[in-house]
Formats: sequence, C-alpha cells, structure tokens
Amino acid sequence: MTQPRTLLDKLWDAHEILRRDDGASLLWVDRHLVHEGSHHAFAKIGQKQIRVKEPNLTFGVLDHYVPTNRVGIQIAPSIPRMMQTLRDNAAMHGFKLFDLTHQNQGIVHVIGPELGLTLPGLLVNCGDSHTSTHGAFGALAFGIGATEVAHVLATQTIWQRKPRAMRIKVEGTLGPSVTAKDIALNWISLLGADGARGHAIEYAGSTIEALSMEGRMTLCNLSIEGGARFGMIAPDQTTFDYVKNRRYAPQGQKLEEAIEDWSDLKSDSDAYFDREITLRAEDIAPTVSWGTSPEQAVPVTATIPALENLEAPKAEAAKAALEYMGLEAGRPLIGTPVDQIFIGSCTNGRIEDLRAAAEVLQGRRAVIPGLISPGSVKIKAMAESEGLDKVFKDAGLEWAGAGCSMCVGMNGDLVAAGKRCASSTNRNFRGRQGKGARTHLMSPAMVAAAAVTGTICDVRDLLSGKTN
Amino acid sequence: MGGWRHLKGITAYLPRANVDTDQLIPARFMSAPRSEGYGDYLLYDQRRDAYGQLDPSFPLNTDKTPSVLIAHRNFGSGSSREAAVYALVDAGFQAVIAPSFGDIFSSNAVNNGLLPLRLDEQDHAKLVVCHKAKSDLPTAIDLDTCQLRLGSFECVFTLDETSRLKLINGWDDIDMTQQHLSSIEGYIERACNITPWAWPNGVK
Repeated sequence: MTQPRTLLDKLWDAHEILRRDDGASLLWVDRHLVHEGSHHAFAKIGQKQIRVKEPNLTFGVLDHYVPTNRVGIQIAPSIPRMMQTLRDNAAMHGFKLFDLTHQNQGIVHVIGPELGLTLPGLLVNCGDSHTSTHGAFGALAFGIGATEVAHVLATQTIWQRKPRAMRIKVEGTLGPSVTAKDIALNWISLLGADGARGHAIEYAGSTIEALSMEGRMTLCNLSIEGGARFGMIAPDQTTFDYVKNRRYAPQGQKLEEAIEDWSDLKSDSDAYFDREITLRAEDIAPTVSWGTSPEQAVPVTATIPALENLEAPKAEAAKAALEYMGLEAGRPLIGTPVDQIFIGSCTNGRIEDLRAAAEVLQGRRAVIPGLISPGSVKIKAMAESEGLDKVFKDAGLEWAGAGCSMCVGMNGDLVAAGKRCASSTNRNFRGRQGKGARTHLMSPAMVAAAAVTGTICDVRDLLSGKTN
Repeated sequence: MGGWRHLKGITAYLPRANVDTDQLIPARFMSAPRSEGYGDYLLYDQRRDAYGQLDPSFPLNTDKTPSVLIAHRNFGSGSSREAAVYALVDAGFQAVIAPSFGDIFSSNAVNNGLLPLRLDEQDHAKLVVCHKAKSDLPTAIDLDTCQLRLGSFECVFTLDETSRLKLINGWDDIDMTQQHLSSIEGYIERACNITPWAWPNGVK
C-alpha cells in the first residue's frame, strides 16, 4: 500500500524531475509569468547569451510600473524605460506579452487565472512573492528571486527544497461582511508574519470550500504575509467551473479528461501534516492592521494592544510601529481619521472585491479622496458593464486603469508622507505605498466604509444603519 | 561569482524585527541596472532623517565597513525583490545573522554569496549581548565547520547542505542544471503523455 499523500506531495511528485543527494529537487515549471521587474533576470541570461528555453510557457505582462493613466501624476523617466525593456525582451525571445493596450492586460496574478494560464495541477513561477495566489486552483505556485527567474528562463526548471506541510482548516459560516481577507489577517495576527515560514499551507474546511475563486485567491495570495511561500486549496467544482472556457484552458473533451485528473488533487484523508491549526469562522471579524507588519492586526472592534500586554520583542516592535503610524497603544481603532483610500491590487482588485465596495458606496458619498484600480482590463470592462464605475464616481472616488497601482509605490500612484490610507492591499510595510505612508490593511468593503465616514469604522455598523 | 569558506569581519547590529525587503530597498530604486551598484540604496529611507540627511545614530551610518549584520526575526520578509540582497552585498555584507528569515530572501541571499545564518532565539540573544558589550569585536564564520564566533560566544549553526555548497563554491545553478538535460527531456516526454492538459490549450 502506498503512503497517504498531501496535496503538496502529489503536486511535488508530479513535477520532480530528479532529487539530488543534498535534498534539493529539480522541478518542471509549467507556466512562467514575467513582468517589468524581471529585467535583472533577462540581463543575467543575456550575459550568458542564453535564450528562453520555452517561450510558449512564458507569458509577460506590464503591471508593476504601469501608470494608471491618472491626470497630473508624475511619471519617473525610468518607467517608460522599464516597460520598453520587457517589450524588447519579449520580442527578442519570442514570448507572448500583454502590453498596455492589450485587452488582457492586468496584474500578473489576476490575469493568469483569468486567462486560464493558471490551472489545477500546474507549477507556476513568477518573480513576485504573491505568486502564491495561483495556489487557489490547486497549483504549486511560488514567488522566486531574479537569479531563480533567470534559471527558469534558461531551463524551464527550478531547484527547490520541499517545504513542510501545514494545514489551516477553517470551519463554519463567515459572518456578514467578513471575507477571505479577514481570514488571512486573522491567522497571520495569531501566528505571526513568520508563523508559516518553511511551510506550504493547504487551506481546507467548510469555510474554505464555500469561498468563491476570488476569495480563495485572496487567501492564498496573503500566505506569503504569514511567511509561507506556498498557499493552496484542493480544486473542486467551484474551481472547474471557473476554469471552463478560459482562453488558454483545455476545452471540450480535453477539459473533461483534465477534470478527471484534477479530481485526485486533494490530500488523502489520513495524510500527515507537520503542522495543523483549526479556526472557527464565527470567531473572525472584519480585521484591520494597525502597525507596519501584517501580523499587527486586530478585529476592527478591538483596541490597539497595550504595550504592557505584549512580550518584550513584540512590545518593542509595536512601539516603533505605532510611532511610525502616529497611533497610540491601547486606543480603539474605530474612529481613527483616514486621509485617503485605495482599492485594488493582486490581493483585492477582482470583480467580487469591486462589487463588495460598490455595495457599500451605492447611494453614499466619500468624504475623503480615494482611488480604485481594477485588477485587469477585463475586470474594468466588467465593472463598467455592471455600472460599478458610476457608483464609485458618484461617490466622488477616482476610477483608474488596471495595474499594481498604489500597492507597490513604483508607478506614480503614491501615498504622501504622513498620510493615512485605508487600503485593500497586502502590505502595510514602512514606505510600501510611498515614503512615510501609513497603510491600514482591510477588506474592500471596509475600505469603502472608511471612505464614507473618513475614519476607520465597522462596515457592519454602516450597512445596518448604526452609523452613516 | 566566487565562493567563500571563512569570514572575519566587522559586525553591525540592527535592533529591529521584521525588516522587510521594502525597507532594505525602497521600490523606487529597483529600476537601476545592477552594474551601477546598489550599496547606497540599502535601507535608504531608514538611514535618513525627515530632511534626507544620514542619521548618525542609525547603526549602519558609520565610517566602518561591516561585513556581518546581526538582525532580528523575520529579516528579509515580504517582496521577492532580489535587489534587497544586491543592496546588502554591494554595501559589503557577506552574512546576516537572525532568528528567522523570509524564505525567498534566504534563497536569493545564497544565490548571491550572502549567508543567511539562522540562530535560535537563545543563541541569538547571547550573540547580541556579546556584540553590545564590545561592538568592535569581529565576527568569525567558518562554512567548513559551520562555526560562528564573536568574542566569548561560540556556536555551531545549521545550514542546509545545498546552501553551504553553493556559498563555498559560488555555483551557478544554470550550469549545474545543464548537466541534467537528458533527465529534463525525459520528464517532458512523460508529462506530454500523462498530463497533456499542462500545456496551454492542452497542446504541446
């Protein structure tokens, strides 16, 4: 009898070409996604005069440096150069590029799934830490650095040591306005920003099964913020329905055969996990970060921790973070004035996120400025066909083009020093959204509520009429 | 890239947890070609005051050129940007010592000859005490024996064999992988039969 295997084991075994004596595995890469930031890697293979080995498995997109076409935004001279470099590399090596004007342009982790480039059972690499997003399909997906990107370009393989297996089970029904974003911020605040270091996380349980693909992508996307390079969810009917009729997905009979194979991609019932934790959906509230690490987050109804309640190193970190954030320990988060809002990014820039924000903003006005950037050109068009753009504009918010926008601080969309931004993004790091910017991470609906009240508030109160 | 076995270098101490790669190098500097050198970008905004002047109280702002950095937990977390490692290497660092590192940062570091040396919390605390007692003491690291020494503190650290050999030999993975081309070709042939759906549109 064979050993029971985890989903990680199955995906790993299927991609392992060989394993060296030192324990490193050589894995086959099914999809390699590249963006402007991959320029160091192209320079590396250029120096060695190596060509891209599998241009048909390599897909490029402009996203990180893309200006979202806002009026009056200053664009650094390096930005057009960065975009042109990727175009030149795509032309030279003969891989498909989704350029600025392409109908499929968007954030790499949004368009991969949207185009059916991301499928169950694949190994997906990209020079971006949020590549864990694609694990939502039951794929082995992880971010890599420039040297590794160069290696994948040159060989279509990657050396990797197998991480330990960890399972996060979430059981029960999420409360109103509680989302995948809140599940993620919740577990990261419990286990720490390095809580899952060295592990591949499989999310499971009834709450996860009930999530849409958008929600699953948000959850897997944020795995890296808890230290895990991989996040994954076993594919099911929700996954198969999503994949159907996507541009690069198998069609017809081929799809049927693929689904038959994909149906085996789940952990055996008695498979061993090195770590396992279980959360109850009912215990999770809309969650907001107060510090400069995603682990520094609490339910919106809670107070910022008092320093004396924290262990020494955490208290020290909290003190420094609060100083940067201009906040006080022990104070409630609700009521904290916010200067601006941002909705977008590979974490929460999908159609479901925009719908959730629009539901809150419908018939209401924002009292602070804000920017909404859809995750892709397709999502932009879909949102406009549903009239969501009108809701946002009527609320007084800016509706921009697709790209990484205000999440990465490298395309002209920035939060000014000292300004406080309620943001649907993934990182509240110092200077992430701009030098001196103060970021509060939360779900799109919570961001929308902050726009309406001009403060950090509980979206549930707003929707139930307790606040207006 | 050349490898290294032994290191004895000036030590700097950064008493802060969760130093992510966005802090190590802010995004706005990452479009520069590597040949221009990334050393000046290291912790760019952290090292400067509100007026953009170097803050003399910041640990790295000294005349010394340290090659070993003692940091705190979750060093190099966040973005996969290898530029964070370039900034450290170009500023002269060969080793960073911390209780934990971001996984992607660790790989990037080893790929550029920078040792991410993990110590458990207890040993790390002892090391910090020794460094604080006499900050001009050099740190000695031996990759053959995996030994670390700073003043009276001495310990053996664990390092996976892949990383150790890569650091010592300065190996380039691409050259190594080219030796396995026949295995790779064999894999592709098998995969075409077993998982034809793995190719775009299900067509190889």
